[in-house]
Amino acid sequence: MFNPDIVKPENLVYKRTDVLTKAVMHYCPGCGHGTTHRIVAEVIEEMGIQDKAICIAPVGCSVLAYNYFEVDSLGAAHGRAPALATAIQRLFPDHHTFTYQGDGDLAAIGTAETIHACNRGENIVIIFINNGIYGMTGGQMAPTTLIGMKTATSPYGRTVELNGYPLQITELLAELPGTYYVTRQSVHTAAAVRKTKRAIRQAFENQKNKKGTSFVEVVSNCNSGWKMTAPKANEWMVENMFVKYPIGDIKVDGEKVK
Amino acid sequence: MAKELKLMKGNEAIAEAAIRSGCDGYFGYPITPQSEVMEYLMAEKPWERTGMVVLQAESETSSINMVYGGAGVGKKVMTSSSSPGISLMQEGLTYLAGAELPAIIANVVRGGPGLGTIQPSQADYFQATKGGGHGDYQLFVLAPATVQEMYDFVFLGWEIAFKYRNPVMILSDGAIGQVMEKLYVGDYVPRWTDEELKKNAPWASYGKPANREHHIITSLELDSAKQEEHNHKLQAKYREMEEKEVRFETIDCEDADYIFVAYGSSARIAQKAIQLGREKGIKVGLLRPITLFPFPKKPIAEFSKKVKGILTVEMSAGQMVEDVRLAAEFRCPVEHFGRYGGIIHTPHEVLEALEEKIIKAK
Repeated sequence: MFNPDIVKPENLVYKRTDVLTKAVMHYCPGCGHGTTHRIVAEVIEEMGIQDKAICIAPVGCSVLAYNYFEVDSLGAAHGRAPALATAIQRLFPDHHTFTYQGDGDLAAIGTAETIHACNRGENIVIIFINNGIYGMTGGQMAPTTLIGMKTATSPYGRTVELNGYPLQITELLAELPGTYYVTRQSVHTAAAVRKTKRAIRQAFENQKNKKGTSFVEVVSNCNSGWKMTAPKANEWMVENMFVKYPIGDIKVDGEKVK
Repeated sequence: MAKELKLMKGNEAIAEAAIRSGCDGYFGYPITPQSEVMEYLMAEKPWERTGMVVLQAESETSSINMVYGGAGVGKKVMTSSSSPGISLMQEGLTYLAGAELPAIIANVVRGGPGLGTIQPSQADYFQATKGGGHGDYQLFVLAPATVQEMYDFVFLGWEIAFKYRNPVMILSDGAIGQVMEKLYVGDYVPRWTDEELKKNAPWASYGKPANREHHIITSLELDSAKQEEHNHKLQAKYREMEEKEVRFETIDCEDADYIFVAYGSSARIAQKAIQLGREKGIKVGLLRPITLFPFPKKPIAEFSKKVKGILTVEMSAGQMVEDVRLAAEFRCPVEHFGRYGGIIHTPHEVLEALEEKIIKAK
């Protein structure tokens, strides 16, 4: 039963964060982008770093991320976000520059920028959304697309013969001495959201302590690109994506997790 | 301002000017014949003196995007490269122009096309002045002819870049980059403080204070009506540059029957050709464009009413000659002469071309 008398500021247990704008997000219902945006924004608010946070938006589904984060932002050319972040963080060493990139942006066209920023140990945070597909351009094959997965450019399913193997870029980056923290998370359950929030908080804390590159992959569904309902897409993600892209920490405090 | 006399390569002068002009960051990638820019900076370690950031990137694609990032947060940032590297930067240049970001890009041109050669050339005129990347945009293009101008145009470049929020290209060539000449350098201009940055680049994404909306640096606008409006704004800016910022020099033009139009190294060769011509009784002068965009259309139009012919001298197959012809509007013959592919023409060849293509052809 609704009791209007209890609606008071002192009873507030949950609210939207002011680090997100009031713009209506364009993301598909059930997609992980909205949740991940909110987590990043909450971490920025909780750490009190809104005035020092610089968001680098990619090209891809999150191309308009700068409309949602209430922080100063730049839209990068496709794949170049880590190059922008490199310069900005070196020019403002006490700022919190972070990139927010998808799998096509980070692991295909921007592979060089990603690997070299991580290898130099740039003191930046990289948030990497991996849904195994190019969502924005209409569901084409990504470097992380699983073998057998049907996309607009692999209509009969991805094959090794034609397309090579799904790229485990996160494991590859963990091999580089410049990365301090490399983890893979998801946002499909409340428990997963809480873990991802801890991971993203850890990444920004590392940056505050000038530890080098922190890299947080979030495996997400692309229900429209995968042509499934949102709940079905999450099930498929757990059964298939998590096999190739297992959830958990890969490198913590500069050491590979055994 | 205290002046100090130095002997330097053109490439080193750009680097020295960066340090002395309060540059915040240089991002580059090695390529002949401009590698001395970054070599000089790395040896000078300006980060210990002025706090200037110097970084060797993994590619020109990356270095121009580092420039985009630095420019987007309001810092004075620059890069340099040579022709093939500048081709690789075209994506970044159109994004800089679209997002209206100030930056300096020095192109020490070498012969092309493709990997071409490492010797001097002026065959990147079209790329520098007609866009180069996609979309309707213009770089502001300065053409130094001396080591002194390599130095001076870095200072001028910041002024123009921030005044118009537009990328500025310093278009030189392998000869000016490599030649050693005397030059005067001035006092150090301190790097901007955070407060000065906010005053000089109030639009930048330097970190959102509580009392204002967030800033967004982007060239994306999905609403085509707004994108057209943005393009109108850019075009108005380019027209204002054409109105106010044209720079050129004339030498021996007062009594000239003929003029050379040449920039950079070719202008210096043309100067010697003037001397040779006048010894033979040919009254020839030189118009040297200093800004290639905005191009000195009006003075060329004026000369075309007075002289018997114009010869453009460029180390290319003939690129600037198109702009000279447009300005001259067939009022007098306009011909082109130039060696290219890394070959530098001699003053005798230039004079001979004037005699053959203009004087005898009449």
